[in-house]
This record gives sequence, C-alpha cells and structure tokens, in this order.
Amino acid sequence: MSIVSLMLLAAMASSCIQLCCRRCSGLLRSKITVQYSTQAQHCTAVLTASSRVSNGSSFLAGICAASHTRQRWRQQMCFYSEHKAKPLTAEANRYKDAEELSGSDVVAYKNRLQNATDSLPVTDSQVTLDVDAAKSLSALEEISDEEAVSISVPSALPPATTSLRDYVDKSETLSKLVQLGVNLWKLEQRPNVGSMLLKLDFQTDVAPRLLFLKDIGVEDSRLGYILSTNPFILSEDLENLRTRVNYLRSMKFSSETVASMVSRAPYLLNFSVKRLDNRLAFYQQQLGLSTWKTRDVVARLPRLLCGSLEPVKENLKVCQIELGFKENEIQHIVVTVPKVLTANKKKLTQIFDYLHNTMKLPHHLIVKFPQVLNAKYLRIKERHLFLQYLGKAQYDPTQPSYVSLDRLVTLPDDTFCTDVASATLQDFHLFLKTL
Amino acid sequence: MTTPCIRMFRRLEGLFCVYKPPGVHWKHVRDRIETSLLTGVNGTPQRPLPQVVKFLAQPGAGNDGSSELTLSAASVPVLASHPLVSGPEFQRIPVAVGHRLDAFSSGVLVLGVGNGNKALSDFYKTPATRDYTLEGEFGTATDDFSHTGRVVERSTYGHITQDKLERVLAMLQGANQKALLMYSNIDMRSQEAYEMAVQGLLGPEGKSAPILKGLRCVRFEPPHFTLEVQCLNESQKYLRKVVHEIGLELRSTAVCKVVRRTRDGVFTLQDALTHHHWTASDVMGAIQQYHSSKKLRKSPHTQTKDPTIQSRGEDKKTESQQSEISEETAVSTVLHTLPVH
Repeated sequence: MSIVSLMLLAAMASSCIQLCCRRCSGLLRSKITVQYSTQAQHCTAVLTASSRVSNGSSFLAGICAASHTRQRWRQQMCFYSEHKAKPLTAEANRYKDAEELSGSDVVAYKNRLQNATDSLPVTDSQVTLDVDAAKSLSALEEISDEEAVSISVPSALPPATTSLRDYVDKSETLSKLVQLGVNLWKLEQRPNVGSMLLKLDFQTDVAPRLLFLKDIGVEDSRLGYILSTNPFILSEDLENLRTRVNYLRSMKFSSETVASMVSRAPYLLNFSVKRLDNRLAFYQQQLGLSTWKTRDVVARLPRLLCGSLEPVKENLKVCQIELGFKENEIQHIVVTVPKVLTANKKKLTQIFDYLHNTMKLPHHLIVKFPQVLNAKYLRIKERHLFLQYLGKAQYDPTQPSYVSLDRLVTLPDDTFCTDVASATLQDFHLFLKTL
Repeated sequence: MTTPCIRMFRRLEGLFCVYKPPGVHWKHVRDRIETSLLTGVNGTPQRPLPQVVKFLAQPGAGNDGSSELTLSAASVPVLASHPLVSGPEFQRIPVAVGHRLDAFSSGVLVLGVGNGNKALSDFYKTPATRDYTLEGEFGTATDDFSHTGRVVERSTYGHITQDKLERVLAMLQGANQKALLMYSNIDMRSQEAYEMAVQGLLGPEGKSAPILKGLRCVRFEPPHFTLEVQCLNESQKYLRKVVHEIGLELRSTAVCKVVRRTRDGVFTLQDALTHHHWTASDVMGAIQQYHSSKKLRKSPHTQTKDPTIQSRGEDKKTESQQSEISEETAVSTVLHTLPVH
C-alpha cells in the first residue's frame, strides 16, 4: 500500500496541499477569531474551490458518495457560519474525528487560498512563519497511508462552461439522469436548463418526483423521454403534481389513462388545475361531444390539453367554412382522427382540395374515411395517379371494383401494389419516375 | 481513430442522383436526404464507453487510522463520452445539390456527399447538356406559362397539325444552333472549328444564355403534345417559356404541364432513387455504382478530353430514346398483364 501512497503523491500536482496540512494545523492554533470572521466574508468566492476539494476527497473516501458529499458540504457550511462564534478549541476537537480530517484539509486549503489572495488580514509574523515552515518540508518526505489518502486533490471543474459534459462524472444528479436515459445534450442547448439541472439534488429533488411518476403508473422506460422533453417537472412542487393528478382522476380518467397521458404529453402536469379544467370545458363545448367522447379524444391526444387553443379554434373554422363540413361531420372526423385539430391548415386544405376537386370525392365519402385527411399529400397523389393510369381509380362504393379510401392511404406500399393495383412494387417505382 | 460511424461516412462520399417529385422544393429534398443519412451513420453500433481507473478506499479502513488502508481499483465508465451527454458523432453531413430544379418540375437531381462535393463543382462547370421532357397543352396561355397559373388568354387549336409543329420546331432549332455558334467564340472558317463541330464540342464556356442543342416532338395528340429537349445553361422557367412561344408561333396558345429532367450529364433516370429509397443503405449502393461506372468510363476513354461530351455527342438522341422506350415498355407490360375492362 505504500506504493499506492507514493503513486498518489506523484500524481498530485500541488505539493502545497501537503504543505498546508502541516502548516495550517499550526496556523489554526495561532490564529485569532478576528481573522476567521474576515475570511468568512470571502466564503462565497472560495465556495467553488471548496466544492471541488470536497468532491475530490469524497471520491477518495468512498463511492457511496451522495451522503458523504452532502454531509461534508453541510459541515463546511457549518464551519463557515461557526467560524465567527466558536472558539478554536471546539474546532480542534473536531480534528479527532477521522471523517473531519479531510474537512480540516478543506478548511485549511481554503485558508491557504485566502492567505494567498488577501492582503489585509495576513500579518508579517504569519508570512515569516510560512517561509520558515516551507523550508523544513520536502515533497519526498514519507507520510503514512492515511495521510496520503486524505490529501485532497482539487479536481479541475470549471466554474462556468457551456456543456454539462464537464460536470457529469462528478455530479450524482447528472450521472443518474444519464443512466435513466435523459438526453442531456439536447437539454443543455435550451436556455437555463443546464444550470437548473446542476442545482438539483438527487435525493431531495429528483428521486421523490421520479417515485411519484412511478406511483401514477408511468413505465421506467418512459422516464427518460419525459425528462428529456420536460425537465421542469423536476422543479414543480410535489403537492401541485398530486393535486393535478387527483383532478384528472376526479374527471373520471382511469389511472392507466392518466399514466399514458403523462407519458405522451410530458408537459401535462406542469399546467394548473384551472387551465386543465378550462381546456376540457372548451373541447366539450366547442365540439358538442358527450363527456365520454371528450375524455376519449383527450386521452388519445393528450397534447390537446397542453398547447394553446387558438390554432384549434382556427382549424375548426377552416373545417367549417373553407372545407364546408357540417357540425356533425366535424364531430365524427374529430372523434375518429383527433389530430385534425392540431394539423397544419395549409396542408389540410391542400389535401382536401386534391381529394375533392381532383379526385372528385364527395364530402360524405371523405367523412366516412377521415384517415385520408391525416395522410401525406404526396402519398395520396402518387397512389391515385398510379390507379388512374391503370384505370382503377374507382372510389364510388356503389360501382364495381371499388377502392376504399382507407386502403388507399393506410396500406404499406407492397400490399397496396399487389392487392389494390395488381402490379409489382417495381412497376410502381417505374411509374413514379414518369410523373 | 476511426469509429464505425466514420467508416460508414467514408463509404457514403461521392455523387448520386435522386428523382425529385413535382411540387417539392429542392431544399426539402436535400434536407430529407441529410436527415436520413445522419440517422444511418449515427445508427451504427456504438463502441463501448472508455473506462477510467479510480482508487476507492474502503470506508471502514479509513476511520481506524492505525491499520493498513485497503484501496480497491475500480474501472468506471466515463459518462462524458456517452452520446446522451456529448451528442451524436455526426451532427451535420455536407450534402450539396448540382443543377437545381424548381418546385414545379420533377426529374433527375444530382447530389454530392462529403468529398463528392468537389467532384460536384467540377461536374457543374463542365459544359454537359441535360435532357428534358416537356408536356404541353394547346388552348390556354397563363402568366407563369404553367397550367397552375392565372389564365391570360384562350384560343382555338384546331388548325394545328403535326407538320406545322415540326416546322416551328425546326425554326427554333436553327435559331438555337446559330446562338450556339455565336457563343462558342471560334472563327467558323477555321479547321479547329470543323473538328470541334465533328466531335460535338462546340458550345459556350461558362455562363451564357440558354441554348437548346436538340429539340423534337415525341407525341402529338391535340391538344396535348410532348417535346424532348437537350439544352445547356437553361432554367425550367425558360423551358416553359419555350412551350409558350411555340404556341404563339403556331398562332395559338400553349401551356406547359410537365417539365421533367430525364438526364443530367451521365446520371439517367435508371440510376435515380425515388423517395422510398432515400435511406443510407440505398444511397451507399448508388454511390458505389457511380464509382464503379466512373472507373469503367475512364479506362476506354483515356484519349479524349471529355468523355461525357463525346459519348453524348454521338448518342445524344438514341440514349434518351432508349430510356424513354425502356420506360414505356416497362409500363406497357404492366398494362398488358391487367385484365381488360
């Protein structure tokens, strides 16, 4: 093990830390509390350094790091606040505890830094003391293994950076999030999300909320997706989250439905009960549907409750005025294909224009198969032109060799070619090149 | 250090062509191809994360102070290299477009990936011609010369015969031939001019007005007609204007319904990928095909300056005819196999 201690010594760049171990034990005894109070004012400037050192020491001490780092952090905080009040003897007592050994090194290191930077509190006698002490030490001096292990290595964490990559190995929250499957790379590109995630503590902030999500029934595999899309769920108050889930349950959504809604629309639980209530009322009133049907529509497309209502109102107007559907027809379309409410208006009108004016489909036929309004325009066009070329573009159910619209749109290419068009896939691709 | 992603990207470098469907902007085509290539390249199986050795002291031993410390070495993965933290390996792939096609037209669109973009700029500068198929309809004239524009004029077309159409086309071809000789900047009375004309190398260098090197009528069923064009330095709007002018010359009006590029340099319709085949593996296949055909082309034609122009000068019309015929036979076989109704 002495080899290990020597290795550690060699690895460390700063022999000054070793120096400060020696010296500061002497310094602390000789210092007066006045200096501690003045140094305590600078505590904010050195907090980053202390966090580095504390993390380094915790790494050396043990990998069950969470509790250790927090304890150490709190000890340091206590240290700073108690510096002004407690006498030195109380601090000297702490040194007996082996865990505090690294803590004292931390404090000592901080004091060392402050001595280096401050000009005011350092007296001449101290400076001379430092110089004398430095001469008597050497880097090749053998120390015991415990001392070697407890020498804290300052880790090179940058105080400010643009990427979470620099912190992920040292931060417990971030490493656990990566193991869950959260896409940190995407999240750090959003403004302020990176710093918010860093400030979270895993045990007090993240874990309770993840357990809450598990309780409502969200699967573990979806947690990564939910957090990648909506990291702000981790800063939402737990009480609020519970109230909102209870509200949804009171509106007769079953537990599985609530779980599936949350997994598909991660922002759902960030909205207040009032807003959710407002949305549900709007859909029920505007569409004129029964409660059961509204619940069904919202359960299938939960992001209806998340986004703004203006585009939905515009889409309804488009369906009514531009496309010329009647009330009951719109109701049927929305219940079958809720996505029409959030579709792009230009694309919707383009598809409808092609269906009605080029393919000559009457309204009642489109209402019978609303999936066509959800399909891609290019797909409908290519397949229709292919059938037209083969002479099979017959969409009237009353006439023979009728092609139903849902088969035209939903079948995959090879099935469409063989069943509907009675041709091969190569023929279809060759035909596409003649368009 | 080459990862599987980089190796796959190296195999993707080169030129290939796609079939751009009508009504789609060429930029959307380019973006869609870039996304599909990125998913293909980033989808290769990841290497395992690099490991780092950390020395961990047993928590019990450290507190005693007296007994020997037992340090255990643990190999821990470095999470900073995980793709969820550092992002995918490839975030952009340089995909460039050759001669552009406007949204109304369709046809062969040449794209280059990575190192192929250098070949693309050379390809862009060579005076290679392009083949187009123009479908027109007599009877209307619109403001943007296509059937989707605002109708400006309507006229009768009963008096048009194929003979009159051929005469107009011949007149146009003659005018274009004169323009070709004028833009080629060579004294017509020299031996050099004759030799170049024999090889088909006469042509403008760099930018010039659009020139139609070949023009003929393939199908004539009034009011519909189809033309085949070989041209240089053209734009698709110019070609629609040509159809409009043909209508005017015939004392009627015409609009262009389809502008379809069937060949761009050495890339023909047969090599073009339809949008079902815009995946990384299909594109890789097309690029490898291009590389192998390039080697074949280089070996027999070592003497001539520009093998593409030479082969094209000889078989300009037959190539396009062949591609048309092969297409039509392929589709007509489909028709024949269907039950008569």
